[in-house]
Amino acid sequence: MIPEFEKFKGFKAKNLPKAEPLSSGHRACQGCGEVLALRMVMKALGKDVIVCNATGCMEIITSPYPHTAWKVPWIHIAFENAASVASGVESARRVLARKGKIPKKHVDIMAVGGDGATGDIGLQFISGAFERGHDFLYVCLDNEAYMNTGVQRSGCTPYGAMTTTSPPGKKSFGQVTWKKNVPAIAVAHNIPYVATASPAYFLDLMNKVKKAALVKGPAYVHIYSPCPTGWGSAGERSIEISRLAVETKVFPLYEVIEGRYIISRKITKPKPVTEYLKGQRRFRHLDEEHIEYIQRRVDAEYEKLLRLAEMS
Amino acid sequence: MSKRVGIEVSIAIAEAVGLARAEVIPAYPITPQTHIVEHLSEMVANGELDAEFVPVESEHAAMSCCCGSCAAGARTFTSSSSQGLSLMSEILYIPSTMRLPIVMVVANRALSAPISIWNDHQDIMVQRDIGWIQTFAENGQEAVDLTIHAFRVAEDRNVSLPMIVNIDGFTLSHVIEPIELPDQEEVDKFLPPFKPRYKLDPRRPISMGPVGIPEVYTEAKVAHDMAMKKAKRYILKAWDEFEKVFGRKYNPVESYRTEDAEVLLVTMGSISETAMTAVDAMRDAGQKVGLLRIRLWRPFPGQEFRKAVGKAKVLAVVDRCLPPGALCGPVGAELRSLFYKIPGSPKIFSFVAGLGGRDVTVERFEEMVDKARAYAKKRPRELYEVIGVREK
Repeated sequence: MIPEFEKFKGFKAKNLPKAEPLSSGHRACQGCGEVLALRMVMKALGKDVIVCNATGCMEIITSPYPHTAWKVPWIHIAFENAASVASGVESARRVLARKGKIPKKHVDIMAVGGDGATGDIGLQFISGAFERGHDFLYVCLDNEAYMNTGVQRSGCTPYGAMTTTSPPGKKSFGQVTWKKNVPAIAVAHNIPYVATASPAYFLDLMNKVKKAALVKGPAYVHIYSPCPTGWGSAGERSIEISRLAVETKVFPLYEVIEGRYIISRKITKPKPVTEYLKGQRRFRHLDEEHIEYIQRRVDAEYEKLLRLAEMS
Repeated sequence: MSKRVGIEVSIAIAEAVGLARAEVIPAYPITPQTHIVEHLSEMVANGELDAEFVPVESEHAAMSCCCGSCAAGARTFTSSSSQGLSLMSEILYIPSTMRLPIVMVVANRALSAPISIWNDHQDIMVQRDIGWIQTFAENGQEAVDLTIHAFRVAEDRNVSLPMIVNIDGFTLSHVIEPIELPDQEEVDKFLPPFKPRYKLDPRRPISMGPVGIPEVYTEAKVAHDMAMKKAKRYILKAWDEFEKVFGRKYNPVESYRTEDAEVLLVTMGSISETAMTAVDAMRDAGQKVGLLRIRLWRPFPGQEFRKAVGKAKVLAVVDRCLPPGALCGPVGAELRSLFYKIPGSPKIFSFVAGLGGRDVTVERFEEMVDKARAYAKKRPRELYEVIGVREK
C-alpha cells in the first residue's frame, strides 16, 4: 500500500473544506460540469498548490486579464504542454528547496487540461513527465471534444457522437472510433496512482484527487465533465448525466494503485445505455443498430475492467 | 586566478553555465548541441553542479519545462539547434512576453530539407521575431563570456527577458580553442543570484499567462517591445562591468580596420575570423576594406551600427540564410531599413553564403567585396546574390 495514504482519513460531507481556491464569478457556461469538477479538485487540494493549466475552456474562463478566478499560484503557457510546465515547476522547487531558497514545506503541483490537451496534442508531454517520475498530479477534465474551439471531435469523443467535425450525414453516423482509453495509457507508465472520477460522486472525486496529490511521483486523475453547450444537454442535468454515465457502465469509476485495479463503484444492476444517450443532442441521430453496438461494447469494456480488477 | 586552457568550445560553454550556477537544465539532444548538454549532465551527475538536469522528451517540452522552472524562480538554461529550435518555436514567443529570463545557447545549424547537420544561420533567422535578446559569438572565448553575460542581462530586473547566445554549429561547438575559464569568485561577483520580481509561490499567489483580450493584447506586446528597446542600455552596462571583472571588452558592433575604409564587409558569428584574414589580405594589396561584426542582433543596435559605418560607401553584407522569395537576406534587409533615405548612406548588397556548412573562404570574401564595388556602380537586378553556387 501507499504509505502516504495511511494518514488520510478521506473527505466526508461533514468535513468538507470551506475554502474555495477557485473563486466564483468566472465565465463558464451555465451548467458547466467541467468547472464544477475543477472546483471540487481545488477544494480537495487547498491552498498549497501550484496549478499549470493547459489552454482550454478552464484557462480562458478563469483568466481574462485583469481578472482571475485563481487564489493559488497559476500558470498557463500553451495548449499541449501543461505536463512539461509542471515538470519545470517541480524541478525548480526541488533544487530551490535543496539550496534553502524556498521553505521545505511540500507544495502540490497540478497540471490540468481537457481531453484534447491530454489525450491528443499533449499525450507525448504527459508520457515524458510520467516516465521521468516528477512528483505531480495530472488532472484531465474530459468533456469529450474540443469544446473551447466549438465542439470538434477528439480522440476522447465517444462512438457515434455528433460534433462539428464528426457530423452525421448520408455516409456517416458521427464519431466512428471508440473513445481513447487515456487512463490505460497512464497505467502503462507504471505510475503509482491512476483514477477515474465523476462530479456526480463528489466525495469520491475529492478523495481521489487528494490521494493523487499525496502519492509520491506522478499521478493521473481522469474526470468526466459534462458540457451542456457541446453535448446539447440541459444545463441542470449535468450531474444527473454524470451519474447515468456511471450507472450505465459508460464511464466506470476505478483506481489503479501501483498497477492494481480497484473498482470504486461496482455496477451490479446496470441501466441500459439508452438511458444515458437520451437527452443528449449529440446522440440523437443514432439508430437502434448503433445503440446496440454501443451497449455490447460498453458491456465488453466493463467485463475487461472487472477482469483487470480480479487479476490484481 | 582564471586559467587559459585548450578546451572544446561546447565543454567550455557547459563549464560557463556551471559557473553561472544554473539550477534547472531541461534539454533534448540534437547535433551539434549535444556536447554542451552531455557535459552539463555529467557535471550534475558528479555533483559538481547542484542543479536538476531534466532529460525531456522533445525540444518543445524542453522550452515548456524552462517556462515552468523559470516561473518558479530557478535559474534556467537550455540549448538547442536547427530542427529542435523549430520544434520549440511555438513556445519561444511565450516566455519573452511573459518576461521569463531563460538563457539558451543555440548551436546554429541549417534547416531541412535536405537534412543537413552543418552550420548556417537559417535556424535562428526564422526565430528572429521571438522577442528574445540575441547575441552572436565569434570564437570560443566569446561563447563562454556571452553565456555568463546572458544570465546577468536576462535576469536584471530592468530587463527580465530571455536571451539566446548563438554559436556556429561545429565551426565553434566542436573545435578546441585556448579559452580562459573565469574563476567561480569572479563569476559570483559579476552575477548575483536570481531574484525574480514575480514567481509561482503559494505564499504570494499570482496568475501568470492569462488571456489577453483585445483591450490589453496590444499593450502587452508594446510593453514587450519597450522592454527590448530599453534592454540595450543594460546589455551595454553589463558588458562594461564584465570588462571590469574579467578584463575583456565587448561591443554590440565590432569594427576591424574600418579607418578610411570604402567597402565594409558585415558579418555575424565565426566567419568573422576568416573575414578578418580576408581584410588583412585586401589591405596588404592596398584596398580600403574593413569589417563590421554584429554581436548584438536583438535588440538591433542601429545607432552603434550607423556610427561604426562612418563614411564607408559600400556595405557587403553576408547573410547565412536564404529566405526564398524575399527581397534579400534578413541582415541585408535590416541594414537597408536602417539606412533608408538617410542622406549619404552607403550602398548595401546582401550576399548569401555559407549555407549548410559550405565554407566561406578568404577568396569568397574578396569576391564579395569586388562584386559589391561593381554593383555600387551598376545596380544589379536582384538585391542579393548567392555566393559560390556550383554550376555543375
